Amino acid sequence: MLPVGYYIALSAILFTLGALGVLIRRNSIVIFMSIELMLNAGNLAFVAFARAYQSLSGQIFVFFIMAVAAAEVAVGLALIVAIFQTKRSIDVDQLNTMQG
Amino acid sequence: MTIAFEPWMYVAVLPEILLVVLTLVVLGLDLALPEERRGGLGWLTAGGLTAIILVGFAVAMPAGEPRLMWGGMLRHDWLGFAFKLTALFAAAATSLLSMDLAQVGKRGEYYLLLLASTLGMMLMGSAADLVMLYLAIETTSIPLYVLAGFLTRDDKSTEAGFKYLLFGAMTSAVMLYGFSLLYGFTGSTNLYELASLAQAGQLSLASVFGSLLLVLVGFAFKISAVPLQFWAPDVYEGAPTPVAGFLSTASKAAGFAVLVRVLMAVFPGIQPYWGAVISALAVATMTLGNFFALSQKNIKRLLAYSSIAHAGYALIGVAAISMPGSTLGATSVVFYLITYVVTNLAAFGAVAAVGRVTGSDEIASYAGLSRRSPWLALVLLVALLSLSGMPPFGGFVVKFAVFAAAVEVNLIWLAVIGVLNSIIGLYYYLTVLKVVYLYRSEEEDKPMPVPGGYALGLLVLCVGILLIGTLFAPWFSFSSGAAAALF
Repeated sequence: MLPVGYYIALSAILFTLGALGVLIRRNSIVIFMSIELMLNAGNLAFVAFARAYQSLSGQIFVFFIMAVAAAEVAVGLALIVAIFQTKRSIDVDQLNTMQG
Repeated sequence: MTIAFEPWMYVAVLPEILLVVLTLVVLGLDLALPEERRGGLGWLTAGGLTAIILVGFAVAMPAGEPRLMWGGMLRHDWLGFAFKLTALFAAAATSLLSMDLAQVGKRGEYYLLLLASTLGMMLMGSAADLVMLYLAIETTSIPLYVLAGFLTRDDKSTEAGFKYLLFGAMTSAVMLYGFSLLYGFTGSTNLYELASLAQAGQLSLASVFGSLLLVLVGFAFKISAVPLQFWAPDVYEGAPTPVAGFLSTASKAAGFAVLVRVLMAVFPGIQPYWGAVISALAVATMTLGNFFALSQKNIKRLLAYSSIAHAGYALIGVAAISMPGSTLGATSVVFYLITYVVTNLAAFGAVAAVGRVTGSDEIASYAGLSRRSPWLALVLLVALLSLSGMPPFGGFVVKFAVFAAAVEVNLIWLAVIGVLNSIIGLYYYLTVLKVVYLYRSEEEDKPMPVPGGYALGLLVLCVGILLIGTLFAPWFSFSSGAAAALF
């Protein structure tokens, strides 16, 4: 069995990639994918720790996170569709109706 | 840790159970009633929530020692109870203030989402486990994303909803990573068990502090503290006005409940460190909020920056908790938030009532309001003066309480910055009142009807503001009960 440190290092890399994606990319869908990557980095850390401690609560947490992520994406895609209908674009730089 | 099931646990969560029942009733009636009769759903929601508040006072009040329940997921204590009732009250007031608004008032799903998010807030107040905490925060947030973007034909509303969702999802992912590290360091997800394991395990300061910072990102977003405040003005401006009021009050109060509980339960070992972080956040939040509010032309944006500043004042109280020997700290925070919820709901309620007639949220459109509708002008006067911290309104008493908490533990510099900020705040609140009372407009002979829901909601809120300001003592002891249970 690999030591837990390897999994945590991988999850830290995934998390950083996700955070960079959210900050750099401008397409709403890609930003959503990056947020999913951040959540999955958390998931990976949870299951790795759950295995190391032989405790179930970390694994149960992961199921809840997946359910929540699905709900979040459902709402997000609905809002993207609503925005696309009026603006014909899903570029986040277009979201500048309100300033100040 | 195993917590055996006992029957009293059902009674302790009776308000939550009744709220779920109310949610299902609203959903069922929305399907069953013909469209022209759905106007009554607002009254049903408000009435049902009031009944749940009364039931909560009657049976679910915590007595004796705080106890963990439902397998350690929730904690039955005064902090949770106080914030539960605050969330219920805010939701009841919000549904009164929404039901006469075209586009939202007669739609069942609006009340459904409002109730679902209230359920999340109630659980946020009493969550004692990382799993429960995460689920409660998301149960609160996801319906609020939809509510902010509720007016799908309105560019600003969908944009507000999407911005809120984007920043909310991002910060909650960061917070979740912090949770996973906390779990990794200790092997437990229970907040109260985490604390003892963290102290026994001799963890390095860097690792605990690092996970604290990740967790704080999520909480700072919920309470709109600097540097995660930038979403608030856009979202409040775009969201339907009652939703903006609900977001700025109940959601913020629930965020503070979580912040105080986690800081005190999980991180007592590194108090001086988080005390310094929170003090810095408090100074940055109130100063930035007040300075940006000065130049606003739109009343909803002005109230958004003012609500950022108020998060800063409440953070002064949180910073006071970190110092040894603080007796007022936690009390003043709880007390501050209860008053702030009542006051800010009144302000947003008046803005919604004016906006539905004039169709504008620009401060310039408030000219002549005192002649068009003296009562709405009076509500705005009471709410804004209370926000600025004038006696005899509630805002004065609670500001005094948080500054006193800071002075008590020798954070005098923090209290001084708070007082200076209050003076800046007074300026922009009075600017709005000047437009309302002194400026004339050509439309001032047109009447401004105030429907029954607004009249009742605003009356209750204004009476609340005055009662807190004058009958200070009972409210204060209610909040001290809430704070005492934390230790």
